[in-house]
Amino acid sequence: MSDPRTAILGRLRASGESGPLPELDTAVLERRQWPAAQRPAQLRKGMEAVHTEFLEATPADWPAVVRAFCEREGLKNLLYGPASEAGAALAAAWPAGGPTLKPYDRPVEAFKEELFNGVDAGFTGTVGGVAETGGLLLMPGSTEPRLMSLVPPIHIALLRTSTIHDTFWSAVKALGWGRSLPPNALMISGPSKTADIEQTLAYGVHGPKRLIVVLVDDLA
Amino acid sequence: MHAENEIHFRDAAAKALQDPQLRANFRRAMDGLITKRKAQFPDPRDLQDLRDLSTAIRSRSLLCLPELLEQLEASCTKNGIKVHWAETCEQANELILGLLEARGAKTMVKGKSMVSEEMHLNAFLEKHGIEALESDLGEYIIQLDGETPSHIIMPAIHKNKDQIARQFSQKIKDAKYTEDVDELTAMARKVLREKFLRADAGLSGVNFAVAETGTLCLVENEGNGRMSTHVPPIHIAVMGLEKVVARLEDVAPLYSILTRSATGQAVSTYFNLITGPRGADEKDGPQEVHLVILDNGRSRIYADPQLRATLRCIRCGACMNHCPVYTRVGGHAYEAIYPGPIGKILTPQMEGVGVRHDLIHGSSLCGACGEVCPVEIPIPEILVRLRREATHEDLGSKVAGKGTGRTATEDWAWRLWAGVIKRPGLYRLATWFATRFGKALPANAPLIKNWTQSRTKPVPARRSLSERMRAEGVPHE
Ligand code: SF4
Repeated sequence: MSDPRTAILGRLRASGESGPLPELDTAVLERRQWPAAQRPAQLRKGMEAVHTEFLEATPADWPAVVRAFCEREGLKNLLYGPASEAGAALAAAWPAGGPTLKPYDRPVEAFKEELFNGVDAGFTGTVGGVAETGGLLLMPGSTEPRLMSLVPPIHIALLRTSTIHDTFWSAVKALGWGRSLPPNALMISGPSKTADIEQTLAYGVHGPKRLIVVLVDDLA
Repeated sequence: MHAENEIHFRDAAAKALQDPQLRANFRRAMDGLITKRKAQFPDPRDLQDLRDLSTAIRSRSLLCLPELLEQLEASCTKNGIKVHWAETCEQANELILGLLEARGAKTMVKGKSMVSEEMHLNAFLEKHGIEALESDLGEYIIQLDGETPSHIIMPAIHKNKDQIARQFSQKIKDAKYTEDVDELTAMARKVLREKFLRADAGLSGVNFAVAETGTLCLVENEGNGRMSTHVPPIHIAVMGLEKVVARLEDVAPLYSILTRSATGQAVSTYFNLITGPRGADEKDGPQEVHLVILDNGRSRIYADPQLRATLRCIRCGACMNHCPVYTRVGGHAYEAIYPGPIGKILTPQMEGVGVRHDLIHGSSLCGACGEVCPVEIPIPEILVRLRREATHEDLGSKVAGKGTGRTATEDWAWRLWAGVIKRPGLYRLATWFATRFGKALPANAPLIKNWTQSRTKPVPARRSLSERMRAEGVPHE
């Protein structure tokens, strides 16, 4: 008996009259475009519809906006990536006292229990946004580990308006994701949700219960 | 020739129709899904263009399927994802068991995966002392009751809030009785978070696999998929071999039409792209990622140019949401992993057209499924084709169990018919009797009973057409 791989590929090959490949007409994707100035509003519309909350900020004051949110919500701590650009900028502007910044700087094995049970919120940057449907694009990695945007009950994400693309399709092309990708990349459009009980929407089922986007207007 | 068939969708359906609660649960859910989907496609031209594009992408992928699978394997391997192949469900189960046992894994959390349902993986692992816990809320609910999914996207759709409230209060430790959906969800969250934290392994399905980059794409709303694939030290993904596409750009339109067709959402909460295990400098993510590529009859479906369209399916569930039969009888009546229209063409092709003869006939051929399918699978035409295959051994196809769907009664009926129709004298005699005495035939006579159960008995004309023509002097013959 041959191994499964050879057998499967052999069967598929034996069936192949591989005719001409049908053309791909992507016009329907290209029709979805917005002027850069309108993209933030379009993105908000989509994300607010699924309970994402927005905080407006400027390139200069966003760390203060994050801080004010943490104080207002009575958060004790905020998980951040000290080596990431956004994380470093946040730490540099973080006043002493009040909510503490908790660095995610160890392998998760040494940190799992605390991550699941001792963190109030996680703060991450984004690599872009998607206007059409509303969505944040993230590339977790060494400086911003994967679980920061998943395990804490609140996820705070920094989004710069200049990085919002028209569609997921155009973003994939602009970011070069089609050529190479890091071990993990994702799009997030809102807090975790389910409709598995009688089609009734409930938020915060396994992932964050709240998603807060700090929208930094850098288009001006 | 096959004896009278074993599995009877007709009986199960008749039973389901007697359950008003079940019917109400499905009707409400399906109406909601139909309305939400419709709202997502306000422009018919956009919808048609997107369907055409999606169909073309899936057809292209299938045309180069063996090459794409090899490319996927090469890209995944380069990224550090270990690729395994399985011809049958047994092989796939053994493979996964081997991976888990080699690492001493005792508990596994699962994201939603229909392929793992197809494999009956949970039961298999449990037999070998490994706990396989469903973490998608709907899957978790049905696992608590030892049930199978009744819908491919919303597995617990057959249950209503009160039923789930009762179930949770009985089966979850220290749970109080509540019908509040938020509270019920919070209960499940609490139990499952603990499981994610401690699980030795995680398993997921794959919505699309990208050959060029070696990426596994996962669509979900709950975050349990991310939990299952990123928290435990090992992630095992299982996919049917048809799930591969060439490039990541191809995924964008498929993803868009999938979420909109499935649940009427413009976008899912998470769209997770997994291209490798934890990198050298990463702090979390699984140490190992494995991809199991399963055949289980798919390469045989692939061999047939018409039936191959079955493999275009992106498992959106729109065909069941719009199916008048599914809406009335629900998912369990099909006694199959994949219910509804897609199940009616997929299951018989996997298990044999003879054994699942009942399914290919459980359709009114109204055409709704083919009309909404985002990748334009001609489900009604395939059903008709499979009906023919079920009763003919000699059509030159490779369909599983072809010709085994004939029943003795059916066979005799056709032979009798052929015998009569070929002999004009006999035929005239038979019509003379039918027109004179057909009326006297009791409505509950065998064979006629099947028709008259839910319809009035047809009354034959007093004279046959040819008799009348002869009587009225119309020239014929
Ligand atoms: S057959 Fe078409 S409509 Fe049905 S689940 Fe598959 S893709 Fe969706």
